Amino acid sequence: MTLIDRRVVDRAARRHRWDTRFAPYGYVAPYFLIFGVFGLFPLLYTIWVSLQERNLLDENAAHLVWLDNYTLLLADPYFWNAMGNTMSLWLLTTVPQILFALGIAALLNRKVRTRTLFRMGVILPNITSVAAVTIIFAQLFGRDFGLVNWVLELFGAGQIDWQAGTATSHVAIAVMVVWRWTGYHALIFLASMQAISPSLYEAATLDGASGWQQFWRITVPLLRPQIIFTTIIATTGNMRLLAEPLLFNPGAAAATGGSDRQFQTAALYLYEQGFTKYDFGYSSAIAVVLAIATIIVAGLGYLVTKRIQTE
Amino acid sequence: MRPKALALGCAALATAVVLSGCGSDTAGGGKTKLTIGLFGNFGYAELLKEYASTHPDVEITDRTASYSDHHKNLAAHLATNSGAADIEAVDTGYVNQFKATPDKFVDLNTKGGTELKDRWLPWKWEGSLSKDGKQIGYGTDVGGLAICYRRDLLQNAGLPADRDQLAALWPTWQEFMAAGKKFQEKAPEGVKWFDGGPSVLNAIVGQASVGYYDKSDKIVVGENKEIKAGWDLVVDGVQAGLSSKLLYSTPVWNTGFKQGQFATVTCPAWQMAKIKDQAGPEAAGKWDVTSVPGGGGNWGGSYLTVPKAGKNVDKAVELAAWLTAPEQQAKVFKSSGLLPSIPKLYDDPSIVDYKNPYFNDAPIGKLFTDAAKKLNPQYQGPKAGDIQTAIGNAMQRVEQGKQNGEDSWRQFVGDVQK
Repeated sequence: MTLIDRRVVDRAARRHRWDTRFAPYGYVAPYFLIFGVFGLFPLLYTIWVSLQERNLLDENAAHLVWLDNYTLLLADPYFWNAMGNTMSLWLLTTVPQILFALGIAALLNRKVRTRTLFRMGVILPNITSVAAVTIIFAQLFGRDFGLVNWVLELFGAGQIDWQAGTATSHVAIAVMVVWRWTGYHALIFLASMQAISPSLYEAATLDGASGWQQFWRITVPLLRPQIIFTTIIATTGNMRLLAEPLLFNPGAAAATGGSDRQFQTAALYLYEQGFTKYDFGYSSAIAVVLAIATIIVAGLGYLVTKRIQTE
Repeated sequence: MRPKALALGCAALATAVVLSGCGSDTAGGGKTKLTIGLFGNFGYAELLKEYASTHPDVEITDRTASYSDHHKNLAAHLATNSGAADIEAVDTGYVNQFKATPDKFVDLNTKGGTELKDRWLPWKWEGSLSKDGKQIGYGTDVGGLAICYRRDLLQNAGLPADRDQLAALWPTWQEFMAAGKKFQEKAPEGVKWFDGGPSVLNAIVGQASVGYYDKSDKIVVGENKEIKAGWDLVVDGVQAGLSSKLLYSTPVWNTGFKQGQFATVTCPAWQMAKIKDQAGPEAAGKWDVTSVPGGGGNWGGSYLTVPKAGKNVDKAVELAAWLTAPEQQAKVFKSSGLLPSIPKLYDDPSIVDYKNPYFNDAPIGKLFTDAAKKLNPQYQGPKAGDIQTAIGNAMQRVEQGKQNGEDSWRQFVGDVQK
């Protein structure tokens, strides 16, 4: 082997080493770059703003007040009201979403005619614009001419002013969210249901297990990873509901979420503080606390769904 | 396959970034492209066409959003110094918040505003003047008050349908409510005397000599006896079943016009354009206009501002000055009923003698110019718009049966003091 040959081989080998060592970072770099610009930077900047007293329109007059916004926030009854509404809506949306999605997925997993049509149908609500959905549901839940009240009256129940009450407004908003997201979760469940080996069900049938027992003892335990995933996804979405409560009550008072803030979520309170009162620092503090609360609640959801028995 | 797809994606992303970064401030053929951001109905459609035909170098796009969306988007656009239109309309309820940061806007005083100043009512001019004397917007209309009413509904309930008789029937709000109680006795089911407590209350607040603030920007609504008396009166009307319990400028309120759910609505001049839009041509001639109880007052009215971040500031200022000039305000009054903020028009025969065919040929020229002359300017503090929302919510709590008048008032006063 000549000297020249060795040098060429060496260079090729070195290039190969660098390639295997650094190329993976190059491949993942675009994600981290985009995450850094659109994810991490806004996050850190929000924390920075939350330590300031700052008018949305007047960044020059902003000044550091450190934790003042947080002390104010923790003593603010309207913030706790909004957090209470957020938790209530989280419960009213997340639990039915997962349960309905499991049921729909189980139905779609059977051999029914025009199965593909149904499977595509369940995702339709999800690709509809949230604004359009909310405006239509707000009409359905209208006090004087809403379809829901019309049906209720047919059955002899009186008219309900859905927006006026705390419970009624939460139910109406939860219906919008559940309607929009159940299909999405159902498709995730359906995909994994199809991966469950039919032999398990055959064996269970031979042992005399009913369809109901098979669903709870075989299907649900085997879907545990997907249930954990959808719970966390649903939690992060449902903890920051904004468009639904905002558009449920359009008009000048939209940001207060009802006459007595009965359906003002934390995200909507953030919006009110930031974009009607221009208190950028305070609304950033709400954002930070809401993010922490979302992590805690998602963690709780994880702990609960993790307990699903796999044996 | 993969790398190619990636490359295509990158190219698409890059193109998108470049396109959005550049924007397009000049249209094809070297035209200056101006955008104007509006809410509700300013009656500008014809005027913008007219301006474009006399200014071939300018191309105007208008975008209209709902009242609250418009102002919240504007705040977001101003905060990021991007995305605002070249001209942005601002309502009286928001102008005080915006003029607190005048540097976001072009100071019109440096662009010829000082020479135009005498066009407007003095209080209209001062309404958009910042504390350090910068003018952020040219006044469009003012919201002189009247009552719009359904002739047929009143007649069927045994009340006069004639506007002069009605004006004589309710010189005060007490008498207006008394007439309502009479109306309600014979009204068909589902039809109420007025649309909602908040809109009646806004008119009463607009008539008070002192509103939510005193002149030192201190919130005094808690001690304001005039407003509290108005509150009590409206609460009484609500509890007597006179209210349709619909909040103004919401979709359900719009439906209320179509369904004829209420017989009267407090009518700042700009309300007429809304009624015409919502009630539609089939209700032409059913609506009429008469004078408001309790004397002159103002609710609403707007300004045209020029955000500083715009790329064609000078052309935008020129257009804003043109749109708010006396000739154009007179045209808008005739087409859409928006009451000019230009006092010399109040004696102009073409305005004073104007009758609106949609409103049963009501002499709205005479009616609103009289109202404008009586109008007692009220000082508006920095968060007047917010407080108006809060008092509307408070009244809704009473209408929805969530609280009684006293509790709701106390909560409202506590809320605004924060």
